[in-house]
Amino acid sequence: MTTAIRTENVCRHYAMGESLIRAVDGVSLEIPAGEFVALLGTSGSGKSSLLNLIAGLDRPTSGAVMVEGHDLARLSREELAQHRLRTVGMVFQSFNLIPSMTVIENVELPLRFAEVERGQRDGLARAALDQVGLGKRLHHRPSELSGGEQQRTALARALINKPKLLLADEPTGNLDSHTGTEIMNLIREFNESLGMTVVMVTHERALAEQYAERLIFLADGKLVDDQPNAASVGTPARGGRV
Amino acid sequence: MKAYDLAELAIRNLRESVLRNSLTTVGISVGVASLVAMLSLGIGLQQMATRRLVRSGLFDTVLVTSRRDLRNFNRGDDTTNAPDPAQSPVLDEPARQKLEQLPSVMEAYPDLRFITSFTFEDKPHLTMVAGVPESYKTNDAFEGLQGRFFASDTAPEVILQKTFAAELLGKTPKPGADEVPVAELAKPLLGKEMTMRYAERVDAADPDGSGKRADGAASDPIRATTYSIQSHELKLRIVGVTDLDPDSMRGAARARVLLPLKLVQSLHVVQPNAMRDTTLAASNVPTYSSVSVRVKDPAKIQAVEDAIKKLGFNTFSILDATRSLRRFFTVLDLFLGIFGSLALAVASIGIVNTLVMAILERRREIGILKAIGASDIDVKKLFFAEAGVMGAFGGALGVALGWTIGRVINIGTNIYLRRQDMAPEQIWFVPWWLVGGAIAFAIVVSLLSGLYPAARAARLDPVQALRYE
Repeated sequence: MTTAIRTENVCRHYAMGESLIRAVDGVSLEIPAGEFVALLGTSGSGKSSLLNLIAGLDRPTSGAVMVEGHDLARLSREELAQHRLRTVGMVFQSFNLIPSMTVIENVELPLRFAEVERGQRDGLARAALDQVGLGKRLHHRPSELSGGEQQRTALARALINKPKLLLADEPTGNLDSHTGTEIMNLIREFNESLGMTVVMVTHERALAEQYAERLIFLADGKLVDDQPNAASVGTPARGGRV
Repeated sequence: MKAYDLAELAIRNLRESVLRNSLTTVGISVGVASLVAMLSLGIGLQQMATRRLVRSGLFDTVLVTSRRDLRNFNRGDDTTNAPDPAQSPVLDEPARQKLEQLPSVMEAYPDLRFITSFTFEDKPHLTMVAGVPESYKTNDAFEGLQGRFFASDTAPEVILQKTFAAELLGKTPKPGADEVPVAELAKPLLGKEMTMRYAERVDAADPDGSGKRADGAASDPIRATTYSIQSHELKLRIVGVTDLDPDSMRGAARARVLLPLKLVQSLHVVQPNAMRDTTLAASNVPTYSSVSVRVKDPAKIQAVEDAIKKLGFNTFSILDATRSLRRFFTVLDLFLGIFGSLALAVASIGIVNTLVMAILERRREIGILKAIGASDIDVKKLFFAEAGVMGAFGGALGVALGWTIGRVINIGTNIYLRRQDMAPEQIWFVPWWLVGGAIAFAIVVSLLSGLYPAARAARLDPVQALRYE
């Protein structure tokens, strides 16, 4: 089993006025390719900060973040952008769609940065939207969609460049439980059928136990517990991998 | 990101805050308009001045005199190297033909002028007469001519200069009094006849007055320089009265009565220089005091002048005057350009302001773009493109606006000129390079204004940008 993500004593410290905030403080962990991991912790525990480091949105103060064999701390800003564009796909609690663009334009947007030919984009975007079960309302703006539809759009956008990693930051945080379940089922489907490595940040332990194979607990920026999800053992889909 | 994607996204973003971006674009266009209006007027004025000078015939004319004629226009001009005046060639008919055959020369015509008396309504008047070549017909010198130009190059017709016309009518203007309009002077004179008295040179060997000498005359220089003078009278019809001074290059020797050149030539009027040339035994044919050489292209004037000097003649042209004129207009254009650019400088501050505002507003959007894979360069290019699009639109709009302003000023000026009884003038001109240059300048200024906002947007930390709701 190849390693998708490995962090070595990674730290992310902020200077906030006089005091030093240790958002991530010496976390070392290893996530094999294809695993579904939940990062759990209270707010301010550093779980989102760790996710941002893996996503290449932020750089560690010290330590190493290895993703797909690359040490993100050593990449240039341009190379980090390429990492975000091609290696990882992100979904957020607040969807983060561009309000002035329609659904299909939002999904196509990463293709523009990837310099995919104009003629191919529409087909790729429609295919990605099909995958998330959104075949209609492609020319509506995000404000005209329900929360679930918006998150499906965001998922399609995250998948469009066929990344190896899906990073989700509280993906169901703004959704009702029914819609949340639908989104989580989609994420699990991508994890299983496409073999994507999924790292999901959540503060809902129940949600994590329902979908993740492994639960990692953070508190005050430190890794406090790292355990396989007992609840998922024996789930047929897991194929006895845990 | 590809260029068309960039342009599309930029225009889309600009449309999102359409009012603010339109106002900024209008700001740029006002700047460009002032620049275009200023420069188009500067260029127009320069063209008007050049056109006027070219049409006046001064620009393309070289005045040629013989070095024997000690009346040297360029006194300080390397006289030490010049051959002895006594050795230099004479300015006669063969010399004139030689001048006419020089490259880039359109025509070379002799300056025939003499002082003589006219009788009009039984009163004698003494004045300077000059022959005018046919080519003057298209010349600016006769702009505002009352009546018409000579029917042919040999017609017994005469055009009067305004002051002489006034003299004939006994209307000598008193100092300080309003000038009498030409039309008023011309009315009683046109079509009337007056009599010119002149002295014909008749060479001894050529008593019939044809100007040609009998065979063998050249072998006898003493005989050849023998001539007699006969007094004649010629009736001339007044066909025109001119306001302008078609002979302005000549200073004190200006003619107030103008005759067709060929007619004057056929009269063999004794030239003031005939006596001197005879005494010097320089030539046995009539010589000219000066020859005017007209050049096909004013740009060639220096070359023609040099060629004529090589033939051993003195030359004079107002080339130097045109040089300083060009320098004056370059400085004028520069100043107009600087003042025109001031408004554009103000507009560029507007661009900076608009884009910095856009960064604050689109902070989150920039964060999203970065999260889904946009690089710093992509973000920078996007803001650059927005500045560039505003510049391009503002530039195009500004050229149109500037064109209109220039046109309105031109129309206004012409209304004023017409009220002052003057001919309308084109004082405004927008050349293609100004259209292209102004738009390019607007884009460049906009891009420069976009430098700081674009760099600031690119530096934005995506984690920070996404944190704020």
